[in-house]
Amino acid sequence: MTDPNALSSLDLETPDKTFLDANELVINMGPQHPATHGVLRVILRLDGEKVLGLECVIGYLHRGVEKIAENRTYTMFNPYVDRMDYVAAVSNGLGYCEAVEKLLSVEAPPRAQYIRVILTELNRIASHQLWLGTHALDIGAITPLFYTFRDREEILKIFEKYCGARLTTHAFRIGGLQYETYAGFEKDVKNFVAFVKPKIDEYEELLTTNRIWLERTKKVGVISGKDCIALGVTGPVLRASGVKWDIRKAQPYANYKNFDFEIPTGLNGDTYDRYLVRMVEMRQSLRIIEQAVEGIPEGPIMAKVPKVMKPPVGEVYHSIEAPKGELGYFIVSDGSTQPYRVRVRPPSFVNLQALDVMCRGQLVADVIAVIGTLDIVLGEVDR
Amino acid sequence: MRWLIDYIQGYLSSNQTPGAAGNWFWATVYVLLVFVGLSIAVIAMNWLERKILAHMQVRLGPMRVGPHGLLQPIADALKLLLKEDIMPAEADAVVFWIAPFIVVLAAFTVFVVVPFGPTHAITDMNIGILFMLGVSSLSVLGIVTAGWASNSHYPLIGALRSSAQMVSYEVAMGLAVVSVIVMTSLNAEGTGTLSMIGIVQAQQAQHTWFVFKFFPLGLVGFFIFAVAMVAETNRAPFDLPEAESELTAGFHTEYSGFRWSLFFLAEYSAMIAVSSIAVTLWLGGWLRPFPNALNGPTWDLVFSLFPGITFLFLGAMCFYNAARMPKHPLFKIQTIGLAGFGAVLALIGLVLFVPAARDRVGDIFWFAAKVAAFMYLYIWYRGTFPRYRFDQLMKVGWKILLPTGLVLLILTAGAGFLEDPVKEWLKHVL
Repeated sequence: MTDPNALSSLDLETPDKTFLDANELVINMGPQHPATHGVLRVILRLDGEKVLGLECVIGYLHRGVEKIAENRTYTMFNPYVDRMDYVAAVSNGLGYCEAVEKLLSVEAPPRAQYIRVILTELNRIASHQLWLGTHALDIGAITPLFYTFRDREEILKIFEKYCGARLTTHAFRIGGLQYETYAGFEKDVKNFVAFVKPKIDEYEELLTTNRIWLERTKKVGVISGKDCIALGVTGPVLRASGVKWDIRKAQPYANYKNFDFEIPTGLNGDTYDRYLVRMVEMRQSLRIIEQAVEGIPEGPIMAKVPKVMKPPVGEVYHSIEAPKGELGYFIVSDGSTQPYRVRVRPPSFVNLQALDVMCRGQLVADVIAVIGTLDIVLGEVDR
Repeated sequence: MRWLIDYIQGYLSSNQTPGAAGNWFWATVYVLLVFVGLSIAVIAMNWLERKILAHMQVRLGPMRVGPHGLLQPIADALKLLLKEDIMPAEADAVVFWIAPFIVVLAAFTVFVVVPFGPTHAITDMNIGILFMLGVSSLSVLGIVTAGWASNSHYPLIGALRSSAQMVSYEVAMGLAVVSVIVMTSLNAEGTGTLSMIGIVQAQQAQHTWFVFKFFPLGLVGFFIFAVAMVAETNRAPFDLPEAESELTAGFHTEYSGFRWSLFFLAEYSAMIAVSSIAVTLWLGGWLRPFPNALNGPTWDLVFSLFPGITFLFLGAMCFYNAARMPKHPLFKIQTIGLAGFGAVLALIGLVLFVPAARDRVGDIFWFAAKVAAFMYLYIWYRGTFPRYRFDQLMKVGWKILLPTGLVLLILTAGAGFLEDPVKEWLKHVL
């Protein structure tokens, strides 16, 4: 008579659980979602629309770049690095070339250094423009995307004229440059600087004082400078939290110490500050380009580098300030023509760790804003 | 037979709307005219939105189907009709089927009382504005049922957002409307009106559009309505139900083909409907601009030429662009088509200079021109603004617009009550 199973089957009090009754809802955003910038998968734990926590699932774009390096010579691996952060391919190339140069104890000649700086800074502007367009699009402003892409085109044209490629440029060689600049390079760069300055004001006009933009970005995704350092976050995200750390100033590479520029920092570490920091960075990059293009020295573009590179046994770590943060290369040489191990420290991968901290307690719509403001490129996260 | 002709002709001498006069024949004709006009307006709006938005965003927009993409909306409509009509297996079939019809019905029915002119309306209801607000809020029902019947997460969340948003903004909208109704009662008899035609006639009698009445009170009311109507129609920057970066397509995610096109049609006709309310209530409906500063028969004549001039200008634009078309033989048909379109527009323009025609279309023209200005605003918003977050949207509705609307209503009533005594007092003091 008192069969517990029979009783429980008659228990009409048991609520019919649907996803609306649940006090914690787990939803899966991505890997195919328009706002995750590629193939990022985010598992969100939600209470209503409030984020309780999240987990990033990565690896959908893994190509084994680091392993490939072990089976290629130093020169052959160079084009592969362009495919990591494909929006800032020139920076990736610069980091790799400088790391190998350090291993070989050679230095690129001054002329090459200047041209490297110009191209890298142009690429920084292009990367920030792409970030701005997609970030604004995620928040619902569709027009900035078209403005930034129109202006980014001018940078890509310069790249194309210089080395024939627009996106994955492979612009530099170990020891300097492969190509001498084309006739009219300086004029093109100067024209671009004059062209893009009012355009940056134009982007700011659309967004900086826009009420809705302010409401969507202020106090959203706040992260403190301490948390940034603890998580290893670098680049504009770190600087927007008030930490004045830029490798171009802190550990000058190439010939950045010859140029006069400022490091912008934010106060609140929110999405709006990160936006402002990147806008100022674009202007500072223009300043560097202006100085560099005025002072390009004459001379060779390649240092004396052996045809078959056999760096001495040893290891080297070299990092540069990529548009997204610190991009480091750790290379171990066993004295052969191929690196024994290449380890890349990509800024996007490390910065992505901060997503959880930045999103807790925010709303779902803010997760999209925060993914945008972190400026991640999945090619670099997954490698 | 004779009585039928008499019945038809009997209305022509009347100075009422066919509905009010009780003439079924002309009422049917007007219904058909409004339906056709609205469909054309939606098609034109589709093309204009793409083109204007494209030009704001430094691109060209549709250019391939027809000259300057003029046939693109028709091609799209054909494509939607020919598409497979998918109904999700888990969907509630009957409700899924009914939902788009509720939305379309609500969006089209409101045009029964929209006054395009003193007699150019299907009917003149004595509760016209209530009818419009009531029927247009029925579309919430269609949206909720659409989201529910799809039996899927994203449409359900989209539908919940939509209905919450539309219901909250209706409150602020209603308060702004009431402030106008208070203004209509400022006459000798002291009786206000809810009739759409009556509201415009009240503006005519008081020699001012209600947007300028009791400056800045009328303007504030207009502003509240202008914000609420964008939220009411789920358009940018309040397009959360359709926030594609979060919810793919909102409540109509599971709809495709013809059913989806009904939602599209309803969205655009709802935009035209709320713009018509705003024009009727604040911007003087069919009245021409500057009736006080530029009055007299000469100015009346000048303003009555505007419809013809507009169409001639549009025709001239077509000819100009036809002349600029590439001279390649492949573009021959397009060039001829564009020139032909221009010729038709120019011909309409010429016809509109004939006194008989221009007296009849003058009011319709001014009404349409004002509504068109609102349509442009809608597109402009979409090109400029980011999207509000849901809690911020609710904050704007309940914490800003609603209190402002309440204060506005009290101030408007006070201003109407004190207007004459204060004028008397000022005369006495000065």
